[in-house]
Amino acid sequence: MSAPTLTTDTRPDPSAPGSALTQRRSRPGEVAFRLAMQACLVIAFGVLAALLAWVLVKGWNRLDSRLWTEMPTGLVSRLDGAGVQSALVGTLWIISLVAVICLPIGILSAIYLEEYADNTRWYNRLLELNIQNLAGVPSIIFGILGLGIIARTLGLGFTIITAAIVLSLLVLPVVIIASREAIRAVPQSIRQASYALGASKWQTVYRQVLPSAVPGIATGSILALSRAIGEAAPLIVLGAVTFITFNPDGLDSRYTALPIQIYTFITRSQAEYTELAAGAIVLLLAIVLAMNSIAIFVRNRFEKRW
Amino acid sequence: MTTSTSNAGSAAGSALRRGRRRPVDSIVKVLLVAAALVSVVTTVGIVIALVQPTIEFFQQVSIVEFVTGTSWTPTFAQKAYGVLPLVGATLVVTAIALAIAVPLGLGSAIYLSEYANPRTRKVLKPIIELLAGVPTVVYGFVALFALNPLLQKWWPTDNGPAFQNLLIAGIAMGIMIVPTIASISEDSMAAVPRSLREGAYALASTRMQVSTRVVVPAAISGIVAAIVLGISRAVGETMIVTIAGGLTSDRIVLNPLEGAATMTAFIANISSGDIPVGSLDYDSVFAVGALLFLITFALNAVSIRMVRRFREVYE
Repeated sequence: MSAPTLTTDTRPDPSAPGSALTQRRSRPGEVAFRLAMQACLVIAFGVLAALLAWVLVKGWNRLDSRLWTEMPTGLVSRLDGAGVQSALVGTLWIISLVAVICLPIGILSAIYLEEYADNTRWYNRLLELNIQNLAGVPSIIFGILGLGIIARTLGLGFTIITAAIVLSLLVLPVVIIASREAIRAVPQSIRQASYALGASKWQTVYRQVLPSAVPGIATGSILALSRAIGEAAPLIVLGAVTFITFNPDGLDSRYTALPIQIYTFITRSQAEYTELAAGAIVLLLAIVLAMNSIAIFVRNRFEKRW
Repeated sequence: MTTSTSNAGSAAGSALRRGRRRPVDSIVKVLLVAAALVSVVTTVGIVIALVQPTIEFFQQVSIVEFVTGTSWTPTFAQKAYGVLPLVGATLVVTAIALAIAVPLGLGSAIYLSEYANPRTRKVLKPIIELLAGVPTVVYGFVALFALNPLLQKWWPTDNGPAFQNLLIAGIAMGIMIVPTIASISEDSMAAVPRSLREGAYALASTRMQVSTRVVVPAAISGIVAAIVLGISRAVGETMIVTIAGGLTSDRIVLNPLEGAATMTAFIANISSGDIPVGSLDYDSVFAVGALLFLITFALNAVSIRMVRRFREVYE
């Protein structure tokens, strides 16, 4: 995913006085080009916005308390009283577990790479390359990792902890890359001042560098969690495609999650299922987009410029 | 700040610091290294998970049949394991997705970077980043239930698109990738120094000339990286093609109006059912997974190199 860059904006402001000069020279070709570029933006994001609005309309009748108080069902006759409670609770379980597993590992990895690792050593460069590559591995491959190693070899089976571990590994690179950028942005002078006052390496990292990097780390962490919420592909491989009508009650419990539940509804042909799927998508989008908005807000509002 | 001033008494030089080194620091370092190793273990785990069943698979199916066979029918009575239909469908969907996402994404990036005023840019950029986070199952849903009925209704000839088809999966995937390509290309255009633009304006270039002949060439490695990342995402994307792309894999389908299974769709479809561990079908999931992993690995390597180049030049 695109990592937040910290480059300063160096582009000319079209509203600045100098741009009057370029304005006067505008020809038909110029205007057409400008309009074409603008059209790209409008078409791409207009279509996307229209599609999301369509989902909202489609699922409108299902957007009530049934969605989170009732369980999914495989019987069309009972569909009127059905919801996605077990999926919502499953998603909340998974996301809490991913936060517990993934965030400490990701942030500690980032601290190692930025503060402790010697970049000239081949193994550290390999580590870095490995993380960049993992960030681009398709999510379904992580499902295969979960199936082959975690569920079978480690014997954890198709349980909620398997899902949480797989999703944690999947979004780990996002947390590491974002945290590294945040840590790197803390100026060297802060560290030097801390050392000059006699602080040890870890005291410097823990009391000076990390607090300054918190906004960037928080942004990356929230984005990573929201990506984990929306992932369905690895869970399909991990045998999650069934109607689960109970909430998870422990780490070894069977589970369902919102994106998987939506997929299960989609595979049913009846119109009632389509409607319920649309309702569940609105719920999923509300959670994911709210988290992303918070992440972007935190970055724009609290990130320090040195 | 206040916490470190309380340690000021020990700030007398490196000898003192060494004397004051505590066990905490070395414990911490072990912890940090252990955390960093998790990502290495993950990669090793992926390779191990893929390799063993893949070897078992190739003990029963010849590599030549796998690579050159034109029929993939593990679930049929007459089993065939030629991967070309899966690869072909993946290529068709990816090509359609790129044909949509590259022009729209690049155009959006050029508009945002070179034409939009800073205030508009400040509002639009976060919205684009926000939209990049829409889960892919949502795109699959709208492709199947909103876009495809429209396409079928508007199709000029009689033999229009099927209920599930590669065209609609490709279109939905293109819409999905636009925010990624727009966002990364815009970042690399933002990294082009102002002086290059000013130089071109001083030579009486128009804004279009500056955009197409100065900014885009200067940002080209970032743009290429964005496109390669887009390809990699398209090849590895699962939910859209599983929901809207179709299931056919007993022959090579290149007509985008028909449905066909991509590599990812096959993996998702066969593993939603019950497959006995150790069977040839079970192993075939891993063999296709290994091929997918190799393809995306190569694409990522190209993308990482390109990004590095664009960072080296201007940052």
